[in-house]
Amino acid sequence: MDVRDLVGEAFAGLLARPVRSALTTLGTVLGITTLVITLGVAATAGNQIVGRFDELVATAITVEVPESENTPLVAWDAIDRLTRLRGVVSAAAVAESKDSVNLSVRSNDLVDPTRVTAQTLTVLAATPGLPEAARGRMTRGRFFDAGHIERADRVAVLGGQAAKMLGVTRLDRAPAIFIGRDAYTVIGIMGDLRRERDLSTAVIVPPSVGRRFGLRDVTRVLVNTSLGAADLVAGQAPTALSPGNGDALQVIAPPSPTRARDQAQDDVDALFLILGLVSLVVGAVGIANVTLVTVMERVAEIGLRRSLGAARRHIAAQFLLESTLTGLAGGVIGASVGVVGIVAISAAKQWTPLLDVRLAVAAPVAGAVVGLLAGLYPALRAARMEPVDALR
Amino acid sequence: MPEPVIELDRVRKDFPSRPPVRALADVSLRVDRGDYVAVIGPSGSGKSTLLNVLGLLDRPTSGSYRLDGAETTELADGARTRLRGRRIGFVFQSFHLLAHRSVVENVMLAEIYGDHARKGRRERALAALERVGLGHRVGFLPDRLSGGERQRAAIARALMGQPSLLLCDEPTGNLDSRNTEAVLDLFDELREHGLTILVITHEQEVSERAARRVRIIDGVLVEEA
Ligand SMILES: Nc1ncnc2c1ncn2[C@@H]1O[C@H](COP(=O)(O)OP(=O)(O)OP(=O)(O)O)[C@@H](O)[C@H]1O
Ligand SMILES: [Mg+2]
Repeated sequence: MDVRDLVGEAFAGLLARPVRSALTTLGTVLGITTLVITLGVAATAGNQIVGRFDELVATAITVEVPESENTPLVAWDAIDRLTRLRGVVSAAAVAESKDSVNLSVRSNDLVDPTRVTAQTLTVLAATPGLPEAARGRMTRGRFFDAGHIERADRVAVLGGQAAKMLGVTRLDRAPAIFIGRDAYTVIGIMGDLRRERDLSTAVIVPPSVGRRFGLRDVTRVLVNTSLGAADLVAGQAPTALSPGNGDALQVIAPPSPTRARDQAQDDVDALFLILGLVSLVVGAVGIANVTLVTVMERVAEIGLRRSLGAARRHIAAQFLLESTLTGLAGGVIGASVGVVGIVAISAAKQWTPLLDVRLAVAAPVAGAVVGLLAGLYPALRAARMEPVDALR
Repeated sequence: MPEPVIELDRVRKDFPSRPPVRALADVSLRVDRGDYVAVIGPSGSGKSTLLNVLGLLDRPTSGSYRLDGAETTELADGARTRLRGRRIGFVFQSFHLLAHRSVVENVMLAEIYGDHARKGRRERALAALERVGLGHRVGFLPDRLSGGERQRAAIARALMGQPSLLLCDEPTGNLDSRNTEAVLDLFDELREHGLTILVITHEQEVSERAARRVRIIDGVLVEEA
């Protein structure tokens, strides 16, 4: 028997009772629609949550460097190696110590008895990438560069809050501040920090200068990665920063997107998935039921086909194909309705719909499989009939 | 002497009902190529049972049935099905036309299960319909046809695929005398082309035109003179 003839007969069988065939697909349509919407909306919503995390959390990594007795765990120039890693957008090393957090800083050497100009501020040493690494910018002046560091210039950059407290507002006259007894030229003010906001009340000096305040070694490294690279960079950063001693470093990485997913959302998804699967089973039972009824109604037709030379497998194949096509139709309709549903829900919530092609392909296939399974028993019944009995 | 088309040797068919029925009692029959045999007998005598056995739709309880010289009673289901599809054409008492398919589609159905070429199938079906005088009704659905027209559509379908044996159960039961005449003329013509025909009938007219007549009473078959 030619496959085209088989397909033709199956279609003719379905189209002989179009309303019944259409109604038979309903269960599958319902099941597939539910599954497609559930999976699609879950993927879309998941994407939204990650999207919101983007800028702030999902790409920020902090590496804490414990103190060490002799050689420092992370050398100041290690930051260059880190920056070269794929996925790293910006990075800076910072040194902070217990002794440097409460230093007395004045903005003028003239001690005015009526005014308390000295402030207790934190002094930090940092590499030049700090403004980017803290996701801020220079509101005035500029940050110190490699040249300042090399020459150990006595320069300082103030956090926005620190500048206000010290009364430093303009830089055109090269204002000086005093940390202890030494004067430092303020060359920039750093503000709009979206990360490490307490840097706003700090005084930042070049590492070569920081030694005077006990800021010898790197204690913390701030890293920003491109979206999606956080996991990768978090794994590679310790080795890049401290070859051989990477294990001693403590990496604080953002939670990965799956972990960021809302638990409640997962529960709702599971509920709908079960609902969709139940609908599919109900759809399968519906197809099985209707196909069985159809087989019983078409006993004479089966007998006739047998008399025309149809083997048992031809009869089985026809009914199997009819039920599979019914399921497939349900799957195609369900997938389409589901996609429309995803788009509608996304529009209502102002999300960007995320349509997975695999889902759009898998849904009709799932429908067809449901139809195939549902048709097994009726097809077997039809094939087992004896021609004489069928023709009586 | 050429091989007979049908050779039944003491064929018995028992139905294991309660009480058991012996529908065919040791029937022996030989039908040669081009024969035209009428089977007559009262209702319930076993005519349809004989036709089912001859058409390989049913297996005899005992005895031997050779079709074109080949023993069929020991063949597996698949082989019997192929033989049936290739050699035998049926015209059933109740036509068995598919209600949702046009006349020509019903006729074309006879060729989909064999190894016939798809090409030219419609033309062959149209030719078969032309032959039974139904060329003007090819696109009709069966329920739009008169009883006689349905019967002729069923005959056209039986002739598709060129069987060597045509088995008919009451093929003229619904026809008036003029249409009966036309069908019988067609049978004569087919017989001349070498087709073997076996017809179950109640009608005098049909049995009289047959070269041979056999009568079944309570499963026992006797040749009439
Ligand atoms: N499956 C069956 N089980 C039991 N008995 C059966 C079965 N099929 C047929 N019979 C019996 O076998 C006998 C012969 O039946 P068959 O159908 O061959 O008669 P017939 O000669 O074709 O009658 P009619 O002219 O009315 O069509 C009948 O008595 C019938 O009741
Ligand atoms: Mg009968």
